[in-house]
Formats: sequence, C-alpha cells, structure tokens
Amino acid sequence: MSATFPTRAADGLRNTQQRRNLAKATNTIRGKTAKVTAELPDWEALREAGKAIKREAHARLDHYLLQLEEMVTRAGGHVHWAADAAEARSIIVRLTKDAGTDQVIKIKSMTTDEIELNPALEEAGIRPYETDLADMIVQMAREKPSHLLVPAIHKNRVEIRDLFRAEMGEHGTGLSDRPPDLTRAARAYLRQKFMETKVAISGANFAVAETGTVGVVESEGNGRMCLTLPQVLISIMGIEKVLPRFDDLSVFLQLLPRAATGERMNPYNSLWTGVHAGDGPREFHLVLLDNGRSKILADEVARETLHCIRCSRCLNVCPVYERAGGHAYDSMYQGPIGAIVTPQLRGLEEAGSLPYASSLCGACHEVCPVKINIPQILVHLRGRVVREGYAGKGEALAMGVAARMFGNQGALDWSLWAGRLGQKLLMRDGALPWLPPPLSGWTLSRDFPALPAESFRDWWQKREEK
Amino acid sequence: MRVSLFITCINDSLFPDTGRAVVRVLERLGHQVEFPLAQTCCGQMHHNSGYHDDAVGLVRRFVDTFQDAETIVIPSTSCTAMVRGQYPYLARHAAKDEGLLRAVEAMAPRVFEFSEFLTRKLGLTDVGAYYPHRVTYHSSCNSLRSLHLGDGPLTLLRNVSGIDLVELPNNLECCGFGGTFAVKNAETSTAMLTDKMRHILSTGAEICTAGDNSCLMHIGGGLSRQRTGVRTVHLAQILASTAEEPWA
Repeated sequence: MSATFPTRAADGLRNTQQRRNLAKATNTIRGKTAKVTAELPDWEALREAGKAIKREAHARLDHYLLQLEEMVTRAGGHVHWAADAAEARSIIVRLTKDAGTDQVIKIKSMTTDEIELNPALEEAGIRPYETDLADMIVQMAREKPSHLLVPAIHKNRVEIRDLFRAEMGEHGTGLSDRPPDLTRAARAYLRQKFMETKVAISGANFAVAETGTVGVVESEGNGRMCLTLPQVLISIMGIEKVLPRFDDLSVFLQLLPRAATGERMNPYNSLWTGVHAGDGPREFHLVLLDNGRSKILADEVARETLHCIRCSRCLNVCPVYERAGGHAYDSMYQGPIGAIVTPQLRGLEEAGSLPYASSLCGACHEVCPVKINIPQILVHLRGRVVREGYAGKGEALAMGVAARMFGNQGALDWSLWAGRLGQKLLMRDGALPWLPPPLSGWTLSRDFPALPAESFRDWWQKREEK
Repeated sequence: MRVSLFITCINDSLFPDTGRAVVRVLERLGHQVEFPLAQTCCGQMHHNSGYHDDAVGLVRRFVDTFQDAETIVIPSTSCTAMVRGQYPYLARHAAKDEGLLRAVEAMAPRVFEFSEFLTRKLGLTDVGAYYPHRVTYHSSCNSLRSLHLGDGPLTLLRNVSGIDLVELPNNLECCGFGGTFAVKNAETSTAMLTDKMRHILSTGAEICTAGDNSCLMHIGGGLSRQRTGVRTVHLAQILASTAEEPWA
C-alpha cells in the first residue's frame, strides 16, 4: 500500500467498477436511512440522548468498566483487560488454544481487524472462518474490507461467483452469479462450519455495566449461530462501548439500525449475560481493549470520536468516500470516521494524510446519529499534524510566507503587484492554465483566474479620493 | 444602517467585481458602507490546513479591525462560517486566550453573510434586481451546513426580474473545492468537480452562481478548462444588476 491518502485514492478513482458500485450502493443506503430517520418524530431527541449517554459513560469510564467486570463475572463470564493490540491477540490465542481447537468461527468485527487477530491466529495454527457473508468474501479474496458495514461493497457478483468457485470446494461447483445461488452456496458452506466449530469470536456493539449484558446486532443470522452453538465464546470490545444502564439500549437499538442500514430494527438482536447451564456457550470471555482509546479520551476536542457506534452513515453520505473508495483509507475504519479514528489509533506520522482527506463539507456531522462533529475534529487533528512537525516542509514555508503577507497590508499589496507581473508569463486568454508545483494540482483540471489589474481595495481607495 | 464590509482576500485580489457589486446593492438599499483598510484575510486557509498559530494572528487582526463595527457583512459563506464558527475554537484551543474568546463571541452576532444580511437582518426578499440570463444556483456546503441559510439566497434569486432560474440537480453535494483539499487531494477534488459540472451542464444554464467565490473559482476553473461556455458569477453581481444599470 502506498503511504498517503492521495496516492491510494488515485487507484480507487480509476477503478470504474468500484466507482459504479459505490455510487449506486451509497445512494441507495442514503435514501433508505433518510426515509426511516425522518419518519421518527423524536429522531433529533434520540440523537441528543445517544450523545448524552456516551458522554456520561466516558466521563466515568473507569467506574462503568469495573462495574461491567463485576457483573459479567458474577454471571459466570470472565473479563480480560488488554492495554494494546498485542496483548489482546495473545489473550485470544491463548483462550482458543486452551479450548483445544485449531479453528474458530467469527462474527464480523472491526475490533478484531483493528488488532489484526486473523494473522495472529493463523500463525498459531488456528484457522479463522469469517461467517458474515461479505467478510467471508473479503477473507477468501485475501483482501481488506472497504466499508465498515458492507465490507465487500467494492466487488460485483461475477467476481464473487469466481471466488466461490475457486474457494468453496463442492459448494462452489458450477455456481451461477445469481444472488440467490451465491447466498445458497454460502449458507451450505457456513452451516458446516457452525456445526463443527467449538470456539466463536465476536465483537460487541454494546455492554451494559448495570447488568453485565453484552449485545451484538446483525442482519444475517450468522451471528446468532456463532453466539449460541459453540462451546466457547470470546467477545472483544473497545472500552468506549460500555453503556451505564440496560435502558440505554432503548436509545441505541433505535439509532443504530436506522442510521446504519435504513432498517427500523435489526433482524437479529442478540443480548446475553454470562453463561447458562444447558443453553448456549459453556464458557464466555469478554476482552476489554484500550489500544489508544484512553489517549483519545484525554483530548478534549477529539474525545467525541469515541461516541461512534460504527453505523457507517458518514461513509454513505461522504462525497470523498464515494469516489476514492474504502481502500484509500488503508484501515478497517474508512470514510470520515476513519479519517479521525485511524490517525488517533496509529499516530499522525503513519496516518497524517487522513485528516486532510476531506473537503470539510459537513455532510457527516449533519447525519451522525450521535452528533460527532467530524469536520471540527478533522481540523483539530490537522492542527496536531502541523504542530507535531508532520506537514511537508515546503508547505510549512509557503504557509509562513502567506501568514506574513496577510499580516501586513503593505506586504499584501507588494505580493499582488509581483503576482500581476509574474502571471504575464503564464496567462492564456485571461486565465492561467498551468501553475508550477505544488499548485499544479489545481491546474490538473482547472484554469486559475488571473489577478485583475485593480484590486477591490484599489478601487475603493480611488473612489474615496473622489 | 452603517455596514462594515469584510471583503475577504480572494474577493479583494481575484474577484473585485463582487466587492463592487456588494457596495452597489447596499448603497442602493440606502445603507452606508465602510471598508476598514487594515483588513486582510480571515485565516481560513491557515486554519483548515492546520496552521492554527498563524490563523490566530489573523483572528486577532480581524478582531482589532472590526470590534467596533456595528454590522459586519461578508460576501463569502465560508469566510463567514470561519469567523462565526471557528474563531471560538481557535481562541479556546490554539490561542488559549479567554479575552480573545470573549471578543470573538461578542462579535459573532454582528457578523452576516451578504445574502443573510439581506434576508434575515433586513427581512428582504426582493432587492429590485434585473438579470435576463438562464442561471443555476450552487448552494455551498457552508451556506447549507454551517450557516443554515436554507432557501434565503434562492428567494432573492427568484425575485430577480428577467431571470430564468433553473434548479441544480444534487444540489446538496459538495463541489469538491475544500480549500487546500483542491490541491492536496487534486484527483478526488477533480472527480467531485466533474460530477458537479455534469449537473450544471444538464440544466442548460449559461451561468452558475453561488454565495462563495472560492467554490466558484473551482467550478468556474473547471468549466473554463472544458470550454463549456458556462461561466460563474457571484450572487452579489446578479443582485447588483438592474434594468437601468445592468451588470456586465
């Protein structure tokens, strides 16, 4: 993968099939979510409530996490604390090995992608099977997800058929590219895995401190299978997902499906509390992951980032995401939320181009179900990129010159005079069709207007003299 | 009313016609326009690019220049959003200056975008303009989502006599300008611009207007490069044009 967003985006922009898929899919989801959010008279109140609950949970995060640990333990579960990705990986690998198995089934989980769990499992001789249809497709293709919620949004059905034919053994033989046939093949293939696998690994949408209840919402039912059939269930959750009270679910179980898929309710809402003899998994482990989250919490502007409930609505309204595609973000968190989450998790040196991957149009903030002010956080992170010295030296120099120019009226007048003189070399038909780097990005597709002979200020001063 | 004009650096240097048009409209409506000469730039480019210390310098300059002004009018949606929406952030988090924060918060209610001044402060819907052209209106992101101007600018346009106003499809979507985004992410910006231009061309308009010359510089630059025969004109220039004195 190339190092910065602009170069990765260039690949996505040239991928005509992906452009078509993304435009069509995001437009459809946009329409659906707009409809089902508009129909609720108290949608705005729900958004405010969601934001308030997250604020409260994060303001007393230590308290609620300890309460959660106590309640999960009391209900027969085990809680593990992971400070970073490496610790989380080693906990999960150890628990899987302890169960004496060499394969696990997985429910779609961005957190397991964040900690790069699958390569660690494979290295330990454990084969992970993704059971969410799109995640399974991405895994089989040895690719990365390109959308929080629709990980294979970049692939079309012919590509999926070819993949299934190559990877699914008997279930893929002679397969057509009709969606019902593809789904049937996936179902037959996955049923076998559900029945024969002892350990399941999931993420979690919520965990309730008050009761120790953990929740996963999904559309396909694969999650329900994973949560109920295996003997051992391991769930990993970012510490920011804890909710104080069971009643808080009444807010989030409305916000999430309507903002995410445009459904009034998720087809499958699974909530469980510890373990129950004779029903469901015999062992339940909850891994609580920090991995940089407490650092985000310490930044009073950026901490709102942690409100995110991973609905992906910001991706679906983002004009940059729609065109550049998810892989341009080089992360399991794409789109506007990815542009603020990833640099905070991985650091600005590695991901410093992401806060700039936005025209600051504000469409994300306008629709976010928990009202995260993403444009403000993007600008805040840009400030950190510059302050911490990760901006280009040429750019920093140019910005310094511009600041001095605007800091002094005489310098501005002089600059305009010099500009008028300089542009004579470049002017064609009253405009500038070419500018030198770094401004050549502008003239890639746009003429630049020539400086007129008289500025407004010149005109005004002449007029006042009369 | 005594109106202090903040022209913005882009209008001052590249689009002086917009400033002349603003003066013409305001004076025609019987207001007294002042232009404080110490003004330069609101600091938006520095702020949005992450150069917050430089931006703070320009915030202070703006405050020094305009703090005694009765009413401040800005013919740019993004610069207005910068002054009203982002100055408090800079005062609080970059300058960490309580005094500056109080000053910018006290000033914000007196700062108006040009069309907003006409429709909300003066309560006008018709400024007596005449403009016999086929025009489509691009509502900038800052107009929609920062300043929440809604239908205000369109109402002014609908009441221009002689105008053939056509609706721009997909009008809520960004044109792809985004300040230094247009250069740093030139290819993505271009993809967004291409779609915006396709919608503009689908209207058959000869002119695309907006309340912000930075969007228009980007859109107009693309329309010019493609030799589309469509040009961009700031909203103020349309409102300045009258039957007696049409705007060129």
